[in-house]
Amino acid sequence: MATPKPRVKVPKTASQGEVITIKTLISHPMESGQRKDKDGNAIPRQIINKFTCEFNGQVVFSCDMDPAVSANPYMEFTAKINEPGTFKFTWVDDDGSVFETENKIVIE
Amino acid sequence: MTFTRRQALGLTAGAAAFMVLGPKMTYAATEQTDAAIKAFTGGAEPAKGKISLDTPEIAENGNTVPVGVYVESPMTADNYVESVVILADGNPNPAVATFHFTAMSGVAEAKTRIRLAKTQNVIAVAKMSDGSTFIDTKEVKVTIGGCGG
Repeated sequence: MATPKPRVKVPKTASQGEVITIKTLISHPMESGQRKDKDGNAIPRQIINKFTCEFNGQVVFSCDMDPAVSANPYMEFTAKINEPGTFKFTWVDDDGSVFETENKIVIE
Repeated sequence: MTFTRRQALGLTAGAAAFMVLGPKMTYAATEQTDAAIKAFTGGAEPAKGKISLDTPEIAENGNTVPVGVYVESPMTADNYVESVVILADGNPNPAVATFHFTAMSGVAEAKTRIRLAKTQNVIAVAKMSDGSTFIDTKEVKVTIGGCGG
């Protein structure tokens, strides 16, 4: 499996109190554990089970995922911006690995 | 080609046996979905309204079905949507995803893409910070299931 690569779309600027839309995607096969290989053996489950978005250290949005979430899990959600700061996005894999990315936003 | 009575009977029996013993997958029953709703609401019966689920009427590919959810709420520090669970009653396991919102979300709205094994109901249940719960159900017709091999 290629290393999952997170992609995040956050506006660079926002006005005070604006509600912005954030779009995130991470490349990941989200192996459900239901599929079988050509010899009939079940392919073990391996999915991203947790996604968290933090702003200046405070959780804004999080999501617990089950195998019914599509491959390359896509999340679109909102955040209210009252101050400039940094968004931190975290994805947690079933095998314990953690993928992170950060985005800054300024008030104009 | 003509069949004797005996042959015709044998064929019918064979076909019936195939339908019964044919390939079978285990799907989440309605009871399992109800149990998942109960576990989420803490036993309460969720009311209709406030929550709206946005799904396509027909999904051509069950592997990626776009799903959106919106809950009416002022989203202030003492009155906000705590979480929303998405369930699919025709999948091998009804649980799909659980969104957790905070007052910092601004609006209780989220979109994602999900897998649906066959034509079925997608259910969204919202839990507010005061403990009340709301439900919305939409049927999605699936042309090609997303259950994989």
